[in-house]
This record gives sequence, C-alpha cells and structure tokens, in this order.
Amino acid sequence: MNNLSIAHMLAQGSFWTSLLNGLGVTLIVSAISIVVAFILGVIFGVMRYSKVPVVSQIAAVYIEFLRNVPLLLLMFAFFLIGQMENLTAAIVAMSIFTGAVVAEVVRGGLNSIPKGQWEAARSQGMTYIQILRYIVLPQAVTKMIPPMVSQFVTAIKDSAFAFQLGVVELMNRGKIIQSQSTGVGQVLMTYAIVAGIYFIVNFILSILARKLQKKLSAGGGTIG
Amino acid sequence: MSGGFTQWFSNIQYMFSLQQWQYFFKNGFTGLLHGLLLTVEVSLLGLFFALILGIVFGVLATSQWKVARAVARVYVEFFQNTPLMLQAIFLTFGLPLIWPALVKVPLFMILVIALSMYHGAYISEAVRAGIQSIHRGQLEASLSQGMTYVQAMRYVVIPQALRVVLPPLTNQAVNLVKNTSVGVAIGAMELMYMTKQISDMTTGPAFLVAALLYFILCFPLATLARRLEDRAEVNN
Repeated sequence: MNNLSIAHMLAQGSFWTSLLNGLGVTLIVSAISIVVAFILGVIFGVMRYSKVPVVSQIAAVYIEFLRNVPLLLLMFAFFLIGQMENLTAAIVAMSIFTGAVVAEVVRGGLNSIPKGQWEAARSQGMTYIQILRYIVLPQAVTKMIPPMVSQFVTAIKDSAFAFQLGVVELMNRGKIIQSQSTGVGQVLMTYAIVAGIYFIVNFILSILARKLQKKLSAGGGTIG
Repeated sequence: MSGGFTQWFSNIQYMFSLQQWQYFFKNGFTGLLHGLLLTVEVSLLGLFFALILGIVFGVLATSQWKVARAVARVYVEFFQNTPLMLQAIFLTFGLPLIWPALVKVPLFMILVIALSMYHGAYISEAVRAGIQSIHRGQLEASLSQGMTYVQAMRYVVIPQALRVVLPPLTNQAVNLVKNTSVGVAIGAMELMYMTKQISDMTTGPAFLVAALLYFILCFPLATLARRLEDRAEVNN
C-alpha cells in the first residue's frame, strides 16, 4: 500500500514541476547572489589588499564583520529590520555575506603574487592600476577560480536557509509537498528526492571545480 | 515612494529607540545569554565529534583498501553536496518517522549530530589533504623500521600533516559556530532561536546584540585561521 502511494506521488507531473520550480528559485537566488558577491568581493578584496590606510580598513571592517556572523541572522535582519520582501532579503543577505568570503579569496589570490613583480613592473614605469590590471590580477585570477566555484556550491546550499523566511525555494517546496503527503513513505521519499536534486546539481559543480583546479594547477606552474 | 521611505525609516528608528533597548535589557537579554551558552556547548560538542568523524574518514580516504576509500568518498560527497538545513530537518522530523526512539533525543543533541556529520565531511577532506601532503616514502621508511601502520601514522605522518590540516580545520570551526544557527529551524534553543523569539517583542536590540555575540565567538577563531594560513603560505 505504502509503495503504491509512493509510486502514485512520483507519477504525478505536479510533484516534479513543483520541485523544479523550487530548484529554479534556488538557482536564481544563488546565481544573483554569486554575481553580486563577485563584484563586491573584487572591490573589497582589492581595497583590503591596498596599502591605503582608510580604504584598507573600511574593507577590513566589512569582511571581518560579515564573515563572523551567521548568514541566517543576516537574512532575518534584512527581513525583519530592513523590512524587505523575503526573497529580496535572502538575496541581499547572501550577496553581502558571500561577498565577504569572495573578498578573502581575492585578497589571498593577490597576496600569492610575489612582491618582486610589483617592483619589476614599477621599474618599467607602470602605474598602480596598470600593474593591478595587466600583471597581478590576471595571474591571481587563476588561483581564485577554484575557491570561487566551490563558493558557488556553498551558495546553493546556503540558499536553503531562505526557507526560514518563507521563500519558496527547493527546500520549501519539499516541505509543502510533505505537508500534503498521506503517509510516511511519501514524506521520506520527498526528503530523498529533494536531497538528490541538491546533490546532483552540486556534485556536477564540484566535479567541474575539481577539473578546473587540476587544469589550472597543471598550466599555472610556470611562475613561482 | 518618499512616504514609503519615511515610514520605513521611522520603523527602524522605533526598533532601535531607547524604550526598546530598555525593554530588551529587562526582558530579553538573559534569554540571549542562555542561547549563547547553548551555542557554545553545541559548538564544542559538534567540533569534538566532527573531529573524530573527520579523522576516521580522512584516514579511510587514504587507506590502501578500496572499499574504505569508497565509503569515505560517499560520506564526503553526500554531506558536502546537500544543505545542512535539509540534513538537520531530516534528522529532526524525517528520521523519527521510521526510528521513533529518536524523538527522545534532545533537540540540541540532534543539532550536534547534524553539525558534526556535516563539518566532519569537510574536516575529513582537510585530513586527507594533510596525509597526502606527506611523501609516501616517509610511511615506507617508517614501516621498514618495524613500525606498525598505526605507529607510523601516529608518530611520523600526522604530526607533519597537522601543518596542512590546521588552517582549514580552524575555518571549519568558525563555520560550525555560525551554522549552529540552524537550530532555529528545528527548535534547538541556541542563540539564533532565542534571538528570533525575543525579536517578536524587541527586534532591533535582539539582532544587534546577537550579531555582536556571534562576532565575539567567531572573530578570534577566524583571526587564528588567517594567521595559520599566512604561515603555511610562507612555508611553501
């Protein structure tokens, strides 16, 4: 009987469209957040790396504060204090939270470039911006890409926190389906399928990240 | 539009007004401190079990035995590629459906279990990388000296591997502390849960103070992680 009801649930088109809609929201939230986070991360990462006192300190405050509070707290804060719509609150919180992580990745990438290159480029008469733009950033990007991709996986997982604000993403869709389920079998099967969808998406991304890392570390061994 | 902004701004002013702060310190602050205490307990227990899982699966991942490597791989991939939120909710509301005895486990322990399995997966990857950073020859040399596998690990490989393992491990500790906030979804009365409860009455102060408390917990750990990373970088 139980098996029958599970098969019945899986045979329904609405079950799958509901979950895929949820996955769509999950992916949109993660994608917007990671793009905004990338922009914020490059800006604050370069600011943090710079030797200009106030600029570097502003970036330090941004990075340190956001890296050391939970994402869930930020989401609730934008939702309840910032009085934003739940979806907006989730995206804004994820963007600035992930932005701080990316800023650290950028800083790490920039730091990995030997100081001698700065001196060499400066002796050739290049300006600060030119050195950053043509010498340092292109090399640093190679080191930044793998942690950046794995941050994307993290963003997809983190977006499940938005379910706490009532955003109807994948996790929430699963919960809604479960609330209408008729038996234990259906509830458990829904858990398994939601987990499976997250797993497939993230696993593919993880494999891409690993391949990218191998490719980059093989080709990037020319300097240092 | 500007009316909307005025309304928004005056709402925020109200949320952070003096009487809200007075109300918070009278009725909410001790609640937050209780939450903080549970967050610390959950973090310490979670880190302890995550370390055990991380070491066990990290060692399995580097073993000669194919089945052991496969088991470690499945563990790591599953827990790294699904959300902690989902895992915690499954442990709390899903698993008890087929394993009723689980209902008796206190919710903070469920949170500890969820956190240690999730972060254990990340730690085991760090442990694996640490072990693999040691040249195979060292293990062979130790074995040829009559050491057992366990002895070679204990006295030769692990002490060196720690240099590689410590920076990501410390980062995981920070993430684990932040992730205790998942307790709000399952009803474990840690800091985030208490903040949410108190914010029904006084929103601004509850969130601001909670953010500060989390920051105080995480900042020293995050700074330590950065130091360790910078030192590892120099040694390379």
